[in-house]
Amino acid sequence: MSLIEVRAPGLLTTVQDLGREGFGPMGVSPSGAADPVALRIGNRLVGNAEGAAGLEMTLLGGTFVFPERAVVALTGANFGATVDNGSIEMWSSLEVQPGQTLRMGPTRAGARCYLCVKGGIDVKLFLGSASTHLLSGLGGFEGRSLRKGDVLRIRAANGGFRTFRKTKMAGRALEKLSPRRVLRVTAGPQSEWFTEEVQKVFYGNTFRVAEESNRMGLRLEGAAISTPSGGEMISEGVSLGAVQITASGLPIILFVEQQTTGGYPKIANVISADLSSLGQLRPRDEIRFERVELDTARMLLLEQEKLLASKELIVE
Amino acid sequence: MRYTFDRMGTSASRGGRFLVASDQALIVYFDPQADENGAKAPPLQNQITIEGHERVRRLLRLMELEPIAGVRNLHPAYCSLLIKFDALKLRHEELDKILRGYISRMEKVALPEPRFVEIPVCYGGEFGPDLQNVADSHGLTAERAIELHASTTYTVYFLGFAPGFAYLGEVAEELVTPRLATPRKSVPAGSVGIAGSQTGVYPISTPGGWRLLGRTPVAMFRPESPEMSLLSIGDRVRFVSISRAQFAELENS
Repeated sequence: MSLIEVRAPGLLTTVQDLGREGFGPMGVSPSGAADPVALRIGNRLVGNAEGAAGLEMTLLGGTFVFPERAVVALTGANFGATVDNGSIEMWSSLEVQPGQTLRMGPTRAGARCYLCVKGGIDVKLFLGSASTHLLSGLGGFEGRSLRKGDVLRIRAANGGFRTFRKTKMAGRALEKLSPRRVLRVTAGPQSEWFTEEVQKVFYGNTFRVAEESNRMGLRLEGAAISTPSGGEMISEGVSLGAVQITASGLPIILFVEQQTTGGYPKIANVISADLSSLGQLRPRDEIRFERVELDTARMLLLEQEKLLASKELIVE
Repeated sequence: MRYTFDRMGTSASRGGRFLVASDQALIVYFDPQADENGAKAPPLQNQITIEGHERVRRLLRLMELEPIAGVRNLHPAYCSLLIKFDALKLRHEELDKILRGYISRMEKVALPEPRFVEIPVCYGGEFGPDLQNVADSHGLTAERAIELHASTTYTVYFLGFAPGFAYLGEVAEELVTPRLATPRKSVPAGSVGIAGSQTGVYPISTPGGWRLLGRTPVAMFRPESPEMSLLSIGDRVRFVSISRAQFAELENS
């Protein structure tokens, strides 16, 4: 059985797949990769199913030793990875020899780097998913982020990898899928509560990602958005990417480990095609919101999915 | 955001009120506002109605019994149901149409018989740091506040916010107290709190702004059990005051 030994965990490294849907009635949010596009491509590069479990590293990567041969790929943010001190290429598959050390450092751009291994990370599934849900301490590897000394198992890959063929992502596709700082949104269910002047403030200003942001939500700092009627309402279901305005007037974008219900009005909602970009935002990054119509949001998602499914995405 | 293609805020309140939540989510409200065409006023706390809630439960139940292809998740609340779907397989318009069919026949859906659940609570002290405060703000003794909290039979309106967190209502009027101005960074698992006319138990340790009256030694979120949670939507709940010694005993059992 193939293993990964964790020599250094990095800042916050968790096992993630594409999350667990369907448990909203229990108050359980899906969790899953913060940048699912990067995870999906990483899995494609090593020949896995798109939703296989990989490692999500945050801002500072870890150091991992592979006692056996393994095929890996790094996607998402560039953490300056090396194998036995030789630098390696992002967005490309790579064969790691027995005993070699894969080492990552601090991010150079973006927030999250994904390590995918052929076969996928092998953890006990919780509610059908390998995703770590940090808030509840469930799923993934013992429900927590990795620590020094942890040993992860790699699932046996179909057909083995005797014939390693290097694959890489096409440059044009990579450019098209690069993370955005101008987030496109559709109007939120309470957008009509906000006056035109307030909407102008929301769409006309840049916001800074606050330090306290995490997988539950991205807190923003900047121009205060005045909320109607004290800003509280009875709790209702909230969707991924919802931009809720708290009583203090600061927006919070609900993210992958989101609360399932909430009582703040939502002015907008990040479109599906831009959700992956949220996963690459770092504290102090500046963002802006751009309003689009529902049809545009659909079209952009279709385009993105078409690109992700295309044969030209991965080249040999 | 309203649809541009169809009559919104529908004429019949029985049919609910549909809004776009995101490009992959729709929210259905069964609130009094559904009666008033085009009403934009924020729904208020006092608009939680048993009728609205029962319709949420019926639609949820029907969607669980007869899943709609492409629907990925459901988020029930007091008087609304958020439906998340695969935007590559389903459009808002299509889901809207299917849901109207479901809503028109959901009155016939049999709801599961609500269970009656008793939850032991050790009130006050370090377990209930806000008990005295809440009592004082209403000119009550701590004993009377406990009695009020423990003598009401509550309804589980929904599970939300965090895994296994049940929203219970409604707290006796003499106890209704707003949230803390500044939420605690960490509330211990099992803490029993109130917020406005709601009460509930923190199943896991999370940040939280509810006023804490006590703590239960009973596990609320049970990920390994088939129900996953001690409480389900629609259940009836009573809190039972226990001593510190009983708490310790139950905690170790």
